[in-house]
Amino acid sequence: MTAAETMTAATAAPVRPLAGGVSPAAAAAAATEAILADALEGTHRGVVVDSPPGAGKSTLVVRAARELAAAGHPLMVIAQTNAQVDDLVDRLARADPELPVGRLHSNEPKPYDPVLDGHPSVRTSAKPADLAGLDIVVSTAAKWAWVTPEEPWRHAIVDEAYQMRSDALLAVAGLFERALFVGDPGQLDPFSQVGVDQWAGQAFDPSTSAVSTLLAHNPGLPQHRLPVSWRLPHSAAELVSDAFYPYTPFRSGTGPGERRLSFTAAADGSPVDAVLDEAADTGWGLLELPAARTPRTDPEAVRAVAVLVHRMLEREGVTRGERDVDGSAGAALGADRIAVGTAHRDQAAAVRAALATVRDPAGAERAARVTVDTANRLQGREFDVTVVLHPLSGRPDATAFHLETGRLCVLASRHRHACVVVCRAGAAELLDEHPATEPVRLGAASPGPDGWEAHQAVLSHLAGHRVPLV
Amino acid sequence: MSLLDALARMEAVACGRARPVATVRHRHLAERPMVLVPLTTAGENGAPLGAMLGTDPHDPLVLTVPQPRDRDLRFAFLARLAEAMLPHLESCQDEVEPVERKETDPETGKRITVEAELCTDAPQVLVPTAPGVDFVRLLGRSMRFRRTAEEDPDAEHPAPPRVPLLGRWLTHYGERARVPGSSLLLSMTDLLTRHWATGQSRLEDQHLAALLAWIAPPDGHSGAEAALRAELARDADGRLLVPPAGPATDPAFDNKLLAPAMTRYDRGVPGAEQEVHELVASQLRPTWEAMWEGVELLRGLPEAAHVPDRWRRDRQSYTHHRDRLRAAEPPQPRRDDAVTAARKLAMREQRQAELDAQEALDDPLVMAVRRLAGEAFSAEVLEVEMAYSEGKRPSPRPLVTVHTHDAPLLADGDKVHRLLPTGGQQRAELVEMAGPGEFVLRLVNGMGRGKEPAPGTVPEKGDLLCWTLFEHAPRGGPGLPEPEDTPWTHGGPPGEPAAESPDPVTAEDVL
Repeated sequence: MTAAETMTAATAAPVRPLAGGVSPAAAAAAATEAILADALEGTHRGVVVDSPPGAGKSTLVVRAARELAAAGHPLMVIAQTNAQVDDLVDRLARADPELPVGRLHSNEPKPYDPVLDGHPSVRTSAKPADLAGLDIVVSTAAKWAWVTPEEPWRHAIVDEAYQMRSDALLAVAGLFERALFVGDPGQLDPFSQVGVDQWAGQAFDPSTSAVSTLLAHNPGLPQHRLPVSWRLPHSAAELVSDAFYPYTPFRSGTGPGERRLSFTAAADGSPVDAVLDEAADTGWGLLELPAARTPRTDPEAVRAVAVLVHRMLEREGVTRGERDVDGSAGAALGADRIAVGTAHRDQAAAVRAALATVRDPAGAERAARVTVDTANRLQGREFDVTVVLHPLSGRPDATAFHLETGRLCVLASRHRHACVVVCRAGAAELLDEHPATEPVRLGAASPGPDGWEAHQAVLSHLAGHRVPLV
Repeated sequence: MSLLDALARMEAVACGRARPVATVRHRHLAERPMVLVPLTTAGENGAPLGAMLGTDPHDPLVLTVPQPRDRDLRFAFLARLAEAMLPHLESCQDEVEPVERKETDPETGKRITVEAELCTDAPQVLVPTAPGVDFVRLLGRSMRFRRTAEEDPDAEHPAPPRVPLLGRWLTHYGERARVPGSSLLLSMTDLLTRHWATGQSRLEDQHLAALLAWIAPPDGHSGAEAALRAELARDADGRLLVPPAGPATDPAFDNKLLAPAMTRYDRGVPGAEQEVHELVASQLRPTWEAMWEGVELLRGLPEAAHVPDRWRRDRQSYTHHRDRLRAAEPPQPRRDDAVTAARKLAMREQRQAELDAQEALDDPLVMAVRRLAGEAFSAEVLEVEMAYSEGKRPSPRPLVTVHTHDAPLLADGDKVHRLLPTGGQQRAELVEMAGPGEFVLRLVNGMGRGKEPAPGTVPEKGDLLCWTLFEHAPRGGPGLPEPEDTPWTHGGPPGEPAAESPDPVTAEDVL
């Protein structure tokens, strides 16, 4: 979704009174005003904003950056990946083509998205000195860490702050005096490949998220949250909110029935078509394979995912939502609006290979445009329909990796219309046999909802949308 | 668990013997390592019960505490432990070689080269299990803040001389053991499981005797039978035939034999102290022998090529600690500050990446694991086409078409690496996926500075090469601020260590 579209979604959404009497748009606008007031005029050195999936986080960052710049405060923006930085710069340039924006990049070949070269007001360089004096300079935390400034920036925005590790913040925090920290607490926590037990529960734990450390040392900082998810349909917001954000609930920006998915071609009576229709009708579908213990790249499950994607494309889906004016035919569900999410990289590779080995060459070409990736790489992205290979499918055990709340949350919250999960039968029993055994660390902040419990909540919801594949 | 590891475990079950998962020894093994087998008192973590230690398999020193809850006896034990261990730990301090080191000059801020000393060897300590490593750390923690009468004449309970010093050494060794690939302090179970896969679970592999039973089962027995016997067999008194490798003891031994003997000691029965000593020694001896059996097994493997490089870092670590002691710096703090913790983590992550790469390069069996995971591939060169970079001084950028039967997880623009025959590293970029298993790679470095590539740096048609998707010598990250420049997000500079406030309930406990 481009910045312009997000803005439209946020501003043009119909003002619809809900149970609380406040429309989602009004609630979101009020939250945004409060955040901007704290960021621009507040006295605290930091402001933290929690954002559920698709709640307009990027829109907020763009708006806050523009308002700070307009108020005469040049600022640095810190994101975590190059893709995030490029996306942000692109949004800033689209929102205000006159705004001088710097994109600080690495010395690697192809260091940034060539799209940025199309914006006349965007300057790109690997040297901070080339970008001196620009209103806004954006880069990754890894690149900023190499910068030694003449004097610190007055303001900074840290994007995806929950994905940022505490030690990465330590490396860049000397660059700014005060900052707005924005992020989604439900996404995958940062991690380390080496043992970090010796620091568990300490405020200095370098492997925890930047926000945990920040709040441990500065407990008085104002914390805000965005209350409305514009991405998730009404059918998904409640489940995702309950399972993954139990302490900070949110709601969807659209009401029941406002998002519609339908297929032009009729179902052929197969379980695959049945689960697609179920997902189109209710927003969720579970295609359940017979119970079995399988290798990670379970050939049957991978084939089922591929067939699902092919059938979805063959049956020519049509999506309609709040952005479509009354009476319009809606938008075609193209391959670029579909994603497949997996837990492991080899699973993603297997799905990509399976998508390519369809007999019909046109079908293979079309399917090649479907995004297939792991939860880690799907973070922050948005699609109309997602197909998820369940992390516990076919496994003999449930490890902390597979139970991680963030992984399932990312996979279950990328879609605007529907999500189809492919799983072997027996995942619920597997969960029952593997209660969470992670040790409780004295002094460690509560890591949010328990992964085991979140998995149970999602599985029990999916049970109502189950289609067995026989 | 990797696919090959799972296969090796299944094969071990099928054939009744552990299977190798490495063809070379990936850790440094000293010529004269010190083996330390400690035991602790049940229910009282910081109270050692005894230890067997030494560098000669035929001449161990046995130290025991007749009543571990008596703190005077505990300190007498620690004093004897210090006398026994410190000569070994200090044995490599004075043989040094000069090295050059880059340092930032504190006045000019420039990088300058300084002369420094590097100890030519470092003492190694081996303990039986991972909890043994933790116990070494705990001993270090319990000793390093003690004050001797010399340091603090007013101390109410002065520690025997040299005990705080041993605490600092053990703390250093315990902390160093957390660094991936380090070899100053190692546990035998970790060493053996790195090189062999058994037919039991990883948890069961923590039992040293059972692990050895799988690797070298006695004649006429399968590994599974021998391991079961090692775990369960008891004598007529109900004592385990093979006592646990510690530091925890067998509860049946504690209750039936040790507790009555200690009671006799408490009552002043003559000979009771000797009785406790012999009982504890009887629990230590089988583990002592198992340790040396493990050492012999490991000596049977040739040392991996990169082990000396990593051991050099251990020697540096040893030298640094020696220098800190000589400069009379205070003992290691109880907790790391934000900057120290972040530095340690960054260093360990770099060492982990380096270890993973080096083990794969040193050992075809480890490389096979990476190839199966799609992180490396072996490929035949089909074609080499010379090409040059654009610019004022064109450099060679040959295009190499290769074919592989492996399934690397590659995408356009990805970098791959290979070892040059001269030992250097060469990087290439994936230009095109030409067909199934067929890749076009562009070599981008490692060909010298001339217009034509240096001889032997460009592969030829028919060469079989191993490419990795991971770097062979991963670079470190950016620097972190000095501790005194800790930013506000991390609580600001740590300042002078303030006195700890004692436990609110029991004021004598400053934790």
